Amino acid sequence: MDPLRQSPSPCSSRPSSPKTPPCEMHGYVGIEDVLDQLKIKAMKMGFEFNIMVVGQSGLGKSTMVSTLFKSKVWKCTLPGLGMPIPQTLQLKSVTHVIEEKGVKLKLTVTDTPGFGDQINNDKCWDPILGYINEQYERYLQEEILITRQRHIPDTRVHCCVYFVPPTGHCLRPLDIELLQRLCRTVNVVPVIARADSLTLEEREAFRRRIQHNLRTHCIEVYPQKCFDEDINDRILNSKIRDRIPFAVVGSDQEYLVNGRCVLGRKTKWGIIEVENMAHCEFLLLRDLLIRSHLQDLKDITHNVHYENYRVCRLNESHVLPRGPCWVNLAPTPPGPPVAPGPSKVCRQAREDSDDDEDDY
Amino acid sequence: MLGPALRSSFPVAPPAAQFPSDCFPATVRVGRSCSPPAPPASVREAPPLVRCGSRACLWLRPRAAGAGPHWQRHGTRGLWGQQHRGWATSLLWASIPASVKRGRERSFRAVPPDIDKQYVGFATLPNQVHRKSVKKGFDFTLMVAGESGLGKSTLVHSLFLTDLYKDRKLLSAEERISQTVEILKHTVDIEEKGVKLKLTIVDTPGFGDAVNNSECWKPITDYVDQQFEQYFRDESGLNRKNIQDNRVHCCLYFISPFGHGLRPVDVGFMKALHEKVNIVPLIAKADCLVPSEIRKLKERIREEIDKFGIHVYQFPECDSDEDEDFKQQDRELKESAPFAVIGSNTVVEAKGQRVRGRLYPWGIVEVENQAHCDFVKLRNMLIRTHMHDLKDVTCDVHYENYRAHCIQQMTSKLTQDSRMESPIPILPLPTPDAETEKLIRMKDEELRRMQEMLQKMKQQMQDQ
Repeated sequence: MDPLRQSPSPCSSRPSSPKTPPCEMHGYVGIEDVLDQLKIKAMKMGFEFNIMVVGQSGLGKSTMVSTLFKSKVWKCTLPGLGMPIPQTLQLKSVTHVIEEKGVKLKLTVTDTPGFGDQINNDKCWDPILGYINEQYERYLQEEILITRQRHIPDTRVHCCVYFVPPTGHCLRPLDIELLQRLCRTVNVVPVIARADSLTLEEREAFRRRIQHNLRTHCIEVYPQKCFDEDINDRILNSKIRDRIPFAVVGSDQEYLVNGRCVLGRKTKWGIIEVENMAHCEFLLLRDLLIRSHLQDLKDITHNVHYENYRVCRLNESHVLPRGPCWVNLAPTPPGPPVAPGPSKVCRQAREDSDDDEDDY
Repeated sequence: MLGPALRSSFPVAPPAAQFPSDCFPATVRVGRSCSPPAPPASVREAPPLVRCGSRACLWLRPRAAGAGPHWQRHGTRGLWGQQHRGWATSLLWASIPASVKRGRERSFRAVPPDIDKQYVGFATLPNQVHRKSVKKGFDFTLMVAGESGLGKSTLVHSLFLTDLYKDRKLLSAEERISQTVEILKHTVDIEEKGVKLKLTIVDTPGFGDAVNNSECWKPITDYVDQQFEQYFRDESGLNRKNIQDNRVHCCLYFISPFGHGLRPVDVGFMKALHEKVNIVPLIAKADCLVPSEIRKLKERIREEIDKFGIHVYQFPECDSDEDEDFKQQDRELKESAPFAVIGSNTVVEAKGQRVRGRLYPWGIVEVENQAHCDFVKLRNMLIRTHMHDLKDVTCDVHYENYRAHCIQQMTSKLTQDSRMESPIPILPLPTPDAETEKLIRMKDEELRRMQEMLQKMKQQMQDQ
C-alpha cells in the first residue's frame, strides 16, 4: 500500500461546543486504540529531523553532531592547516537514515563552515537565513501544487544549534545580531561550546549573563515561553529555560574509566566524560533535542515558523482569498522576506523581564 | 547515505531506560511513577518480562505488572524529572532476535542499565507523538444513511454507547409525504481513559422515504462537497491555526434485509457518493434472517457491488511481518463484508449476565455475540483498528481529488473569462506543457549520452 501521508494537523486545541450534551457511558468503546493506530503508522513511515549547527570554526560543531548521533556523520574531518578558510559562507548538508529499536529516523545535518570567520562579518547571516527560507519555500510550493504528494518531504530546518564561544564574558555583538534574526524564523538552541575550558562557577556566571543578554535583546530561544500549552509543559520548560544555554563538550573518542567505556577527552589532569552530568551538560542537550522535545520542535516549526513565512509570501503576492480564486504566488524575492516580526513575542519577553528577578 | 556503516555502530543488546541516580545534580528531582511496583534497581532482581498484550505495542512489560490500561503499563523517566506514568520499560519486542521470538519461550530477562548509554534514544519518538495526540484528542465524522426504520439510530447508540436521539419525534406518514431529505448533525465529546474523541454523527432523515426518490441523494452530496469546500478555503487561507475538520470520514449505508440484494436507490446513492466518501455498506436488522440467508445475501450484494462498479471502502492489506492470528483476523474481516448488524439500546438478562440485546419469545439476540451478528467486527473495524485509516483515505484521496478538481475549474474559469479583473498575477501553472516536456526530454538524452562517453573515457584511462 502506498506510504500514508503524514498530516501534522495545524489545529491546536479545539474548543468543545457548548451545546454538546454530557453523555452517559455504559461499557467500553475502545477509543484509546486509535492511539495505537497512530503509533503503528508513525513507526511505518519513519520520522524526519533536520538540524543545523551554526558557529565559528573550531568550536566543535561537527564533533558535537557526531556525539549526539553516535556515528561519524561527516565523511571527511576538518580541513587541515594548509587549506584556506572559505571566503564565503557555504552550507553543507548531509542526510542519513538511522534506525534504532525499529524506529527509523531520516536525519539531515546542515553545517555552516566559515561563519563569522571573516574580518568583516557584516551580513554573514544572509546565506543562513536564505537557506532556511529556501526550505520553507520548497515546502510551500509542494503544498500549493494541484496534485500534491501524500507525504511532502520535509526539508525545513527544525532546530538550529548555535555555538557560543566560551569567552566567559557575555554574548558578542555578532552573536546577538545573528540570534535576533534567527529566532524569528527557526527554533534556536544556544549552547556554550567547548565548556571544558570553564570551571563550574565560571560556567554558571557566564550562563546567567547570557540569559540576561537574551532577555535584554528580546531573543526568544527554544523552548519559547509563549508556546507552552499547559501547566505541565510550563513547569518542564521553565526548568529547561533555567539551564539554557547548556555547557557542552563533544567527543568521539572512547576511554576506559572505572571499567566502563565512555566518550571523553583525555587530558593530563583527568578525563572529561561527555556523558557525565557532573562534567558537562551534554546529556541535557541530547535529552532535549532527541528524547523529549523532538516532536515539539517539529510541531513549532510547522505550526508557527512555517505559517509565518506562508502568510508573508501570500501577502506579498497580494492574495487575500475573496471568493473562489486560486493562489498563484509571485516569484520568490531575491532576499529573505521581511517577516512581520513576532512583536507579540517581544512584548511578552519585556514584560517577563520586569517580572523576573535579577539573578545576581 | 551511510546506511550499513551507521547501523553497525549500534549494538544489538537492548537497554534499560534508567540513569544511575548519582549523575544528577542535586537540584533535579527524579520523579517516581505513581503506580506500583517501582522498577528494580539492580539486574538480579529484575522480574521476567512478557510481551504487552496490546497488538500494536512493541514493548515488553514486567509480568507481575498485570494488565491494566495500556498507558499505565509503560513509561519512561526523563532527566528533568518529568513523570511518564507506568514502569520503566526495558525491552523492545522488535530488538529481540527472530529465532528467540519463534521459540515458545515468551518471557525475557531485563539487562544491565548501562547499555542504555550506547543508544541515541530517539526510539521514544512514537511516545512523544502519543503524548501529543492524547492532549489534542481526535475527531471523527460519521454519516449514517438509509431508509427510515432500518435501525440507524439504534446502531449508533450501540456503537458509541451514547443516546443522541433522546427527544426525537418520529413523523407520521402524512408529515413524511412533504418532507425532503434533511441533514442533521449531532456532536458529542467522548472521553475514555484520558483520550478524547469528538464524534460527529451526520444523520439523513427522509432519505428514500418519498414516493418519488429520484436524486434524493443530492442534498447529501451537496453537504459532503460543502464540507470539502470549507476545508479547502480554510486550508488555503491565511490563518490556519484553528481549522475545524468537518469532512465526512465514513458513511455507513444501511441496506434493507428484506430485499434480494441492492435496490436501484441503493445503487444510485452509492454511485453518487463512492468517489467522495468512504462507504461501508451494512445489512441492517440482520436478526430477521437465518445464517444461510445472510450468507446468500452477502454474496449477492458483493456481486452487485462489483457489477455496478461501486468503490466501497477497502480494508488495507496487512504487512507480511504481522503474526498469523492477526492475518487470520484480517482475512475474516474482509470476508464478512458487508457486515450484517443488529443494534439494541436495551439491556437484557441472558445466562445470568446482563447483555445488550433484543428479547424475543424464541430467544435472546445478543448484539455483542460474534455468532449472532457482525456488530463486534464493525465496532472493532470502525473504532479500534481502522478509524485512522478511514481519516487518512478521506484526506489523501477524496479530499485531494476534490481539491484538484476545484483548482482546475477555478483556473480554467479565470483564463476563459478575460474581462474579469483578477487581483492575482496570472502565472503559468507549474505543470509543463508538451513542448517544454519534449525539450526537457531531448536535453536529458543529451546528458545521458555525454555521461556514457565520459564513463567510456574513464574506463579507457583506467585500463591504460
